[in-house]
Amino acid sequence: MLMRRIGRSSGASRSCFFISRGGFSTTTATSPDGTTLLPTKTSTPSSSTKSINLFTAINQALHIALESDPRSYVFGEDVGFGGVFRCSTGLADRFGKKRVFNTPLCEQGIVGFGIGLAAMGNRAIAEIQFADYIYPAFDQIVNEAAKFRYRSGNQFNCGGLTIRAPYGAVGHGGHYHSQSPEAFFCHVPGIKVVIPRSPREAKGLLLSCIRDPNPVVFFEPKWLYRLAVEEVPEDDYMLPLSQAEVIREGSDITLVGWGAQLAVMEQACADAEKDGISCELIDLRTLIPWDKETVEASVKKTGRLLISHEAPVTGGFAAEISASLVERCFLRLEAPIARVCGLDTPFPLVFEPFYMPTKNKILDAIKATVNY
Amino acid sequence: MAVCLKTSRTALHYVRTRPGPAFTHLLNRTFFSCSSHHCNPRIISTNEYRVHSSFLGLGSRASQHSKALKVEDHDHSENEEWDFPGGKVPFTTKIKFTDDSSKDRIPCYRILDNCGQQIRSSTSEMISKELAVKLYSSMVTLQMLDTIFNEAQRQGRISFYLTSNGEEAINIASAAALSNDDVILPQYREHGVLLWRGFSLQEFANQLFGNRSDYGKGRQMPIHYGSNKLNYITVSSPLATQIPQAVGVAYSLKMEKRDACAVTYFGDGSSSEGDFHAGLNLAAVLEAPVIFFCRNNGWAISTPVTDQFRSDGIAAKGQAYGIPSIRVDGNDVLAVYDAVREAREMAIKEQRPVLIEALTYRVGHHSTSDDSTKYRAIEEIEQWKTARNPISRYRNWVESNGWWNEEQESELRGSIRKQLMNAIQVAEQIEKPLLADLFTDVYHEMPSNLQEQERSLTETMKKHPQDFPSGFAV
Ligand SMILES: Cc1ncc(C[n+]2csc(CCOP(=O)(O)OP(=O)(O)O)c2C)c(N)n1
Ligand SMILES: [Mg+2]
Repeated sequence: MLMRRIGRSSGASRSCFFISRGGFSTTTATSPDGTTLLPTKTSTPSSSTKSINLFTAINQALHIALESDPRSYVFGEDVGFGGVFRCSTGLADRFGKKRVFNTPLCEQGIVGFGIGLAAMGNRAIAEIQFADYIYPAFDQIVNEAAKFRYRSGNQFNCGGLTIRAPYGAVGHGGHYHSQSPEAFFCHVPGIKVVIPRSPREAKGLLLSCIRDPNPVVFFEPKWLYRLAVEEVPEDDYMLPLSQAEVIREGSDITLVGWGAQLAVMEQACADAEKDGISCELIDLRTLIPWDKETVEASVKKTGRLLISHEAPVTGGFAAEISASLVERCFLRLEAPIARVCGLDTPFPLVFEPFYMPTKNKILDAIKATVNY
Repeated sequence: MAVCLKTSRTALHYVRTRPGPAFTHLLNRTFFSCSSHHCNPRIISTNEYRVHSSFLGLGSRASQHSKALKVEDHDHSENEEWDFPGGKVPFTTKIKFTDDSSKDRIPCYRILDNCGQQIRSSTSEMISKELAVKLYSSMVTLQMLDTIFNEAQRQGRISFYLTSNGEEAINIASAAALSNDDVILPQYREHGVLLWRGFSLQEFANQLFGNRSDYGKGRQMPIHYGSNKLNYITVSSPLATQIPQAVGVAYSLKMEKRDACAVTYFGDGSSSEGDFHAGLNLAAVLEAPVIFFCRNNGWAISTPVTDQFRSDGIAAKGQAYGIPSIRVDGNDVLAVYDAVREAREMAIKEQRPVLIEALTYRVGHHSTSDDSTKYRAIEEIEQWKTARNPISRYRNWVESNGWWNEEQESELRGSIRKQLMNAIQVAEQIEKPLLADLFTDVYHEMPSNLQEQERSLTETMKKHPQDFPSGFAV
């Protein structure tokens, strides 16, 4: 019997995970209007940790957000029973159905409602069931959330709004359960876009997004919900937004990515090392406003840059990074900037292994760039 | 820019309590007139209107004002009405809000009772023995198809599946009442319509296995069927998007004076999407021959209808948009058939939309990714699965007419099972889609970026054949 391939292509494994280096940054929690709410919460390696997966880390963050601010709310389609990815498990029981609830099936309604709730000084944590289904809310995000502050001369803002949505490939999702729509949102001044790569990152970054005084779109790598397991501090901690992280140091080439793709890139780096190529790997973490300085410093050191993401290459966020780095490091570049991304097609079910920016596609591009 | 406005207190009351842009818009258009003989019309400018409204106050202040004014109101205002776009609007001095819709629920049309006994007598004229038996055997086929494909998913042979369990009557009877020229815009739980139209078990299996014979070229997840030949527009996962599209399809049929309508299916959950509301309103205004068929099966994944809406279901919404609407027992084959037949006739003869809300129950899990016992009572599922089962209820009726017996039943089931097993085996052996089809159909013609990406992929495959699943011919 010919078994249909279900699951990952052999070209990329998503089973390795990162441990962030060092302790956690010092971050201040602010209310949606920008005033300081919570004392600085710093996590030291001494705080107790537990090995958990990514959806549990999200669940912990939501738990802490609801616990630490009585004016916070979690809502979305099927959120009441725990969400289709189990991220809101137990929250309705613990915090009540007035704070954690199902909405009618209407993304534009969910985000519009969230904007209003946030405008009244609450923390509105909205879930869109799949990033592929965020488009009905595009108008609310682009024309409303992103401009609420600017158009009112800062009389009003919806900074308490955080929109969570699972994104990315999962092996069998086809057109509408696989998309990586981050670039659409990176074209919108007024919102932030954040994507975590691991459980520990997810918890700390999500808490920062929820407490950030700006509306944020937080894309969660759904392939890693169960697959990624990592030691995660049990307490309340935040990781800084708009700060990239060098997760692997190297001298020959800089690789930039985010979310689930980093695991694939890490493997390519490890393989390149066997061939004597030293790669520096950067997790951008926040896509807008992004940390150009960290990337610039790295590219000035290595003289080469490769960017990789699952979204189609044309108009993807790699294009923006590439253009910015050419502006900043033109004379230091020793080779053209490489992009290893998804193809310019809709996300295709049976062709997924061919569509994906696999480890070997990255490795080939690393070698081509270094040997240019 | 002038408007006819009564000077009576009633008229001023109206102006006062309806401030805001909508009303100003009307003032600017001068398209309503006074119809009452009590009316002493005079022309005022919009500027004057502003003076009036600020003089009288707006919002909550206005309502306090209205109480003070009420004492002086005269009864004659009860007889007055305004000729307003959409029909004459009577005045009243009583402050009364409309009821919410929960008190008098729209009744549910049915022909068979819970046991399959005929409540209405005229049905035998409506339905021939031949049609009755075909309806029954198609429902059984649909049920078996769901059972066996669902099992194939469990065995890991296909990646995903979703059944129409409990909704077989809706699927089959609605399809039977339509003509094959009617264009279907489905949600995803209506594959019985395709089955009725002649999509073969092999064609189903080919889509589920995403092989080279799949019309969708393996690009979409299982259950995303489509057939140009059978006027069934390919399923798309984003919910409710097909609803306004159906209005465009219907408008085309209207302009071409075709003896056909558009039919779009959707769930109770989808009716919450903006596209549902957009579609209904457009259809009503553009007088498009479209049937909106809502399968109200009580659940949208884990969300019960009580978390979805507080209207009297979907039928009430159709009416609110100016669309003739009916509620029907979705587990009564004859009632669904009858309602859709009537709806089709209305839609085409009168060139207007019609809405059908079929009450039913999603007996299966939402899909193979779901376990519905996490959020709903097993007894509830069991009740709908057994006592309210649309197939056994209908079988009682067909048997009581002497049109069906146990022997035919086992013969049918045996034969369908064999055909399904065969379809799966064949589908598994058909080759994978052509790799070239990764790049085709993005556009009508292939742009250079895709040609370049195809070349680059071919090179990567030569270099790293182990990275890619086998069986994909370049
Ligand atoms: C725009 C959009 N939002 C969310 C989803 C995820 N989703 C898939 S099916 C479903 C529930 C649909 O319920 P209903 O319309 O009642 O149809 P049923 O499954 O009951 O037949 C949801 C929320 C989607 N497919 N599209
Ligand atoms: Mg439903």
